[in-house]
Amino acid sequence: MSPLLNIFCLPLLGALAIWWIPRNYRFVIRLVALGSTLGSLISALVLFYRFNLEQTGYQFVTHIPWVASLGIALHFGVDGINLPLMLMGAIVTFAAVCVSRIIKEREKEYYLLLLLMSGGILGAFASLDLFFLYFFHELALVPTFIMIGVWGRGERRNYATFQITLYLSLGALIALAGLVLLYLHSGAKTFDLTAITRQLQEQPLPTNLQHLIFPLLLFGFGILVSLWPFHSWAPLGYGSAPPAAAMMHAGVIKKFGLYGLIRVALPLLPQAAWSWVDILSVLCLGNILFCGWVAMRQRDLNLLIGNSSVAHMGFCFLGLASLSVAGITGCVMVMVAHGLLAALTFGLSGYLNQQTQTLELKDLGGLWQKMPYVGAVLMMAMFAGCGLPGFANFPGELLVMFGAWKMLPMMVVLAAWGALVIAAIYMLRAVREVLHGTLPSKWTQVQDVQGWWPKVPFTLLLVALLVFGFYPPLLTRPIEPAVTALVRQAGYDVPSPAKSKQRTAPVAPVIRR
Amino acid sequence: MNLSLLSLEILVVLLGLCLMVLDWFTPAEHKRRLGLVGAAALLGIFILSFVLDASSTQHAFGHSYVMDNLALFFKRFFLLAGAVVLLWAIEFTERLRGGAVEFFALIIFALAGMMFTASANNLAMLFVSIELVTITFYILAGFQRQAQQSLESGVKYLIMGGLASAFMVFGIALVFGMTGTMEYEILAIKMLNKNGPATQPLFQLGMLLILAGLGFKIAAVPFHIWVPDVYQGAPTPVTAFLAAGSKAAGIVLLLRLFLNVTPISILKWETLVIVLAGITILYGNLCAIPQRNLKRMLGYSSIAHAGYLLMGVATLSVAGVTATLYYLSGYLFTVLAAFGVISLVMRETGAEDIALLGGLGRRSPFLAAILTLAMVSLAGVPPLAGFFGKFLLIKAVLQQGANAGAYYVLAGVAIIGVIISLWYYFGVIKAMYWGDDAPDMGPVEVSVFTKWGLVVCAAGMLILGLMPEVPLALAEQGALVLRLLY
Repeated sequence: MSPLLNIFCLPLLGALAIWWIPRNYRFVIRLVALGSTLGSLISALVLFYRFNLEQTGYQFVTHIPWVASLGIALHFGVDGINLPLMLMGAIVTFAAVCVSRIIKEREKEYYLLLLLMSGGILGAFASLDLFFLYFFHELALVPTFIMIGVWGRGERRNYATFQITLYLSLGALIALAGLVLLYLHSGAKTFDLTAITRQLQEQPLPTNLQHLIFPLLLFGFGILVSLWPFHSWAPLGYGSAPPAAAMMHAGVIKKFGLYGLIRVALPLLPQAAWSWVDILSVLCLGNILFCGWVAMRQRDLNLLIGNSSVAHMGFCFLGLASLSVAGITGCVMVMVAHGLLAALTFGLSGYLNQQTQTLELKDLGGLWQKMPYVGAVLMMAMFAGCGLPGFANFPGELLVMFGAWKMLPMMVVLAAWGALVIAAIYMLRAVREVLHGTLPSKWTQVQDVQGWWPKVPFTLLLVALLVFGFYPPLLTRPIEPAVTALVRQAGYDVPSPAKSKQRTAPVAPVIRR
Repeated sequence: MNLSLLSLEILVVLLGLCLMVLDWFTPAEHKRRLGLVGAAALLGIFILSFVLDASSTQHAFGHSYVMDNLALFFKRFFLLAGAVVLLWAIEFTERLRGGAVEFFALIIFALAGMMFTASANNLAMLFVSIELVTITFYILAGFQRQAQQSLESGVKYLIMGGLASAFMVFGIALVFGMTGTMEYEILAIKMLNKNGPATQPLFQLGMLLILAGLGFKIAAVPFHIWVPDVYQGAPTPVTAFLAAGSKAAGIVLLLRLFLNVTPISILKWETLVIVLAGITILYGNLCAIPQRNLKRMLGYSSIAHAGYLLMGVATLSVAGVTATLYYLSGYLFTVLAAFGVISLVMRETGAEDIALLGGLGRRSPFLAAILTLAMVSLAGVPPLAGFFGKFLLIKAVLQQGANAGAYYVLAGVAIIGVIISLWYYFGVIKAMYWGDDAPDMGPVEVSVFTKWGLVVCAAGMLILGLMPEVPLALAEQGALVLRLLY
């Protein structure tokens, strides 16, 4: 099998294997889960290494017909856009399985669901078929529901499970309606993304249809990414979820909506995109400023991280709204960086919660004395969240701002303010409340992460953040050609007639390779 | 006349009669085995049905009985449903006071009635076959004589069913009066006439009354009043058969009559059917939310599913009817699995409160997993049958949106319905895995055959969700029999 298929098939096969293992073989179950996700991570690295940067278009393509009469096929492939996302997803998946050692009850169901969830979302990122894009993403829905319900924390757990399930299904179904309309009207008689793209480039959809489908995709996928004002499911859901589920969700699954917009909405519906970006750019400020402000006022560490993760999505939307090469490239980079960052912070908060049984900021404090390793990693994660240079978030956010400057200067000013000031306030506040100050006497029994093995997931995520931060070409080199092709094919590099008055300099910014 | 066309029905009726005769010679403690024999025989007839070829339409009894791909599709559907329901019924006999074999035989007779509905090609045949189903169900619903609920359910079904039958007969009489025929084929030709019967108010009224009668069978709003009480009170296998079989019988009659003979497009009822479908979806889903009784909740959910099925009918397209047939097949496995598990779990308690499922995830992981699959499939989440069915339906409805904007509204209502339904379906999952534990009753005993029945249902749900190619082709063959507009 090609490494691409291995990435998502291994976790799914792992889930199938766990189904047959008796429930008292706990060690074997965990070993299968670790083995399959490690295999998936190695495949992702192989894929990343073997990816041909010179070649445009999709690589490692697999095409298996599924329902020929409807034009649905298992069609997988990677280009520069989903390649880094799959690598990020595989890293987070492996880390999520690693941190799950704190789960001590009903391991069989737990790992089964976790692997189903990871295999599903990685498959969604690999799919080049609109039907399977949806299908694989929805595989995560039931696992999310059960995982938060059974292994979650907090009094509002039940509320959170239903809220996240209903919101995500609503978003997914609205997007599905948009995808089906695309299928019906593209004239290609297939759900195959490449065929639809080819068809629509020759013969774009009429404007009224574009204006019908684009908002469905924008708000459908937007709900999945917690676009303001449809974001309220995210902080509470993550706050209540067990660490691994929060890592997978905030890190990987949430990026699916953005991926769908980049993959489907932007290239196929350019005319509608031009007129909707104004609204999108206003909404993304809601994410950056409003949710950042909400994050400042949180009393629970998980809710704070959850809100900050919603706020970070605003940058991705700003990058999309810029419709420029730099902006969209930056958006993909922020997706990767934030995926690693969110997984790292939720993993750490899960460890803290296991040690202290609470994440109330007022109860914590002074923990750096007892946990130097966790303290250091958390501190660096928080810096990454503020967009400090050296972490992967910085180049991404910078590119987004460069990309958006020409078209949306006002938004960029506000966003930069939100990113630098608001993020710094809540991140530093979290550091102060959790790590600094005097150590309350009740936490004297708290232990740092012991041994090298339990440190692996955190170190892995942190190293990935630093590597991409210090050497961003690792990301831009594959992403940029793919995004350039997208922007050119959709005609975003030529000013639209309606926008030419506002856009004085229509030349797309060039990224130095 | 070609009697061999009726071979499946003849075999089924003979099977029912054989069981009743064998009943005399079977000692009381072995009577349950007769149920197994019946289930195995039905499975055999199901396999036999694949030998039949119905690619060309054939008729019997003049033109009142038709054998084509649509009929064959539904006959297979009913046979499979009947076989599984018999398995559930065997498990249930210990709660009956005697009459176990009559219980089996009645289920088989109802099955025969359903198989006749699949071939009904004449208004008289329509009425006779549907009465065969309904009258058997009057007895079946009240079969648990010692339980007041069951008796109540039987009586309610009798009264409401009698009313619906009366409507239908009156409607048929009006139609006959206006056109002078009950033959579908002649009626269809008359309908094509420009100033034909479709323009006459009395004919329209007659068709409306027939629609009411069929709406009763499929449990569409506003003919749904009987559903919650009857579903709750009837013995669980009977409820399962009502949900899967009786609803499908209504659908096949509806498809043949309202898409082929007196097409909705000629009656100018497009809006009416769209509105019926939309209201049925919303009503069923909204009313299911506050239910605490599991069978009652599934009753309301079955109303909602009738709405989804009507959605496919409302499209008047091959894609829509294919979707309806596919959805129905998925629904068959799903409700049978759900009621199978309910029947087992509720055996000890006698009540059917959702809270009593508490801790089932620990007590019987197998049953909990099957019920979870069923709920997820009913809700329409991948990778199960319910998802692919809903996907096909929504696709078909959106396809018609290009012709009339109302279809977009219907698709929106369907999506809202799915979201609402997630609430109560997932509530069941919640109760099983992290709800408050029910007063402990230990693991639930499952006999080997029931276990296999449940596995078959789960496999059906997964196959229809993961490998839809072949069943989709079968459904499409069935849909292509009808003279559809799009």
